[in-house]
Amino acid sequence: MKSFTVHRGRVAPLDRVNVDTDQIIPKQFLKRIERTGFGQFVFYDWRFSGDGKRNPDFVLHEPRYEGASVLVAGRNFGCGSSREHAVWALADFGFRAVISSSFGDIFANNSAKNGFLAVRLSEDEVAALMQQAEEIDGYQVTIDLEKCEVRDEQGFRATFPMDEFVRHCLLNGLDDIGLTLQHEAEIEAYEARHPAPAALRAP
Amino acid sequence: MSQKKTLFEKIWNDHLVAQPAGRSPILYIDLHLVHEVTSPQAFDGLRAAGRKVRQPVRAVATVDHNIPTEPRGTPITDLIAAKQIAALQSNCKEFGIRLFDIDSPDQGIVHVIGPELGLTQPGMTIVCGDSHTSTHGAFGALAFGIGTSEVEHVLATQCLAQQTPKTMKIDVRGRLADGVTAKDLALGIIGQIGTDGATGHVIEYAGPAVRALSMEGRMTLCNMSIEAGARAGMVAPDETTIAYVKGKRFAPRDTEWEKAVAYWRSLPTDEGAAFDKVVEIDGAQLCPFVTWGTNPGMVAPVTGRVPDVKGLQETDRRSTELALQYMGLEPGRRIEDIGIDRVFIGSCTNSRIEDLRAAARVAKGHHVNAKVRAMVVPGSQTVKRAAEQEGLHRIFQDAGFEWRESGCSMCLGMNPDILQPGERCASTSNRNFEGRQGRGGRTHLVSPMMAAAAAIAGHFTDIRNWKFQ
Repeated sequence: MKSFTVHRGRVAPLDRVNVDTDQIIPKQFLKRIERTGFGQFVFYDWRFSGDGKRNPDFVLHEPRYEGASVLVAGRNFGCGSSREHAVWALADFGFRAVISSSFGDIFANNSAKNGFLAVRLSEDEVAALMQQAEEIDGYQVTIDLEKCEVRDEQGFRATFPMDEFVRHCLLNGLDDIGLTLQHEAEIEAYEARHPAPAALRAP
Repeated sequence: MSQKKTLFEKIWNDHLVAQPAGRSPILYIDLHLVHEVTSPQAFDGLRAAGRKVRQPVRAVATVDHNIPTEPRGTPITDLIAAKQIAALQSNCKEFGIRLFDIDSPDQGIVHVIGPELGLTQPGMTIVCGDSHTSTHGAFGALAFGIGTSEVEHVLATQCLAQQTPKTMKIDVRGRLADGVTAKDLALGIIGQIGTDGATGHVIEYAGPAVRALSMEGRMTLCNMSIEAGARAGMVAPDETTIAYVKGKRFAPRDTEWEKAVAYWRSLPTDEGAAFDKVVEIDGAQLCPFVTWGTNPGMVAPVTGRVPDVKGLQETDRRSTELALQYMGLEPGRRIEDIGIDRVFIGSCTNSRIEDLRAAARVAKGHHVNAKVRAMVVPGSQTVKRAAEQEGLHRIFQDAGFEWRESGCSMCLGMNPDILQPGERCASTSNRNFEGRQGRGGRTHLVSPMMAAAAAIAGHFTDIRNWKFQ
């Protein structure tokens, strides 16, 4: 997994609440069996009209947000479907992190597996960042996972919560399958006590 | 000294493999359900790392999300979908995983076939790369949706590292009135606590109104837990649960059965065990609900109106305005005055035999409104056969409903069953998100009875006043 330590980048505001993963990556793009190339489809129905024309009014298409790598969005971002494609699409599009006041649980889990940060700040802090991103041209923030802190050059500074183990994996880009397999002896012991049921073992 | 524990805590503790210091607890997974959409990248990951599937017998796969509901044997014209199905077939073969394929008599929506085959049992940990895995919690199992990276993790290790969720009890007092179903209960709860009301929590549904639900009803209720943001939803196992599981194909038998039942009876939450949060609902006050917006929390009684935006605080006002704009509705419109173009009866929420019986009872002797196209998509081949044995398909067909093959279908429109832009649909599925059933499509979530009645009336109508024939 790609590690995440400190990232500084341009901020794009998505001023909507309850952005579900169907919005982030519509279902017609889930049929691909690859893990890459989903960025072109991110927020597809908002970015493009029914006949495939680019919607110039959508916030990510505004020239001043071009190249943004941090998304700020309203509460309950990434709710709904478990599709990890949502994180793949955001990351492939160029985002390294989303800042919101709350996230769908599965989306947050999926983020952590992809070196992508779901940063939780208070509603007021999110509103402040949203406003800065709308008012200041080229507005940037620094997301510092070592200090669990978001800051800007205008004096904004806020800390965010992050599970210690998840943080450790992200900072070091660790493969958590490998970490679980370090417990091989315990898994084996558990399986010895709880063998798979006979009905499942039958052909 | 014995500590009082919740149903969730008992199952969680019984599945702890390791609790490494400073790390998330490692949980053993009893059953891993797999489907075509969220698994191909996981199998690729295994191959890339040179890993095997640790317990192939604990994984069970089917195709459901993108398959057509045309008669079986009709060629799949969507080549990308066909490739994804072929990938699952070859992955299951390569790694030795049981697959209920498109031509299997046991094929169906993963959350329908798990229970009906007896794979789903009380006390289990169950995961699937699908958020509606919460459905299986109806059996008193801990069942939750995961992403593809975690699918790979479970395939490789049969375990998951998981942060310990919080617990929430939703206590539903009283009895649901006639015409008020588990779906209405679910919508009522989400309307009250919001689409993020249970984020980070595992819900246990309790109280007399929940106890009175059939297994099908409990599955509908637990299915929608994710729509309140919950990690999982559960109902403690009881005699209803045990009677449902008994004799199913993968259920324990003989002495194994006796042992299993004894364990299951030990699972219900101890009297006095503490929850992080408790919500009380008066079941007797609930009515049939219809969603009017673009998330399942945007819901009104069928006798109500589309809400006014006046008086809402800024964020809610704007999201309501955006929702109404998308839905083509104006504040104050009576719900019963909303006309529809399409009806979808199906999905992992409401496609089981009891759902189809309820809808057929409404449809019997009536005819679908001339301007409405209505389809019934059974949740599985087993449900379809059972319905046909009871003659339900005749009732639907005589009433002008399409009777189709099993799959997820128009719940998420990954297959050819989609809404056209602007079409308005009464749907028994679980999500009314923008574009969920097709770009520009407008989804209203309702119970199977309410959907059937809307198909016939051409608009939403209160099922409590229905003239059954």
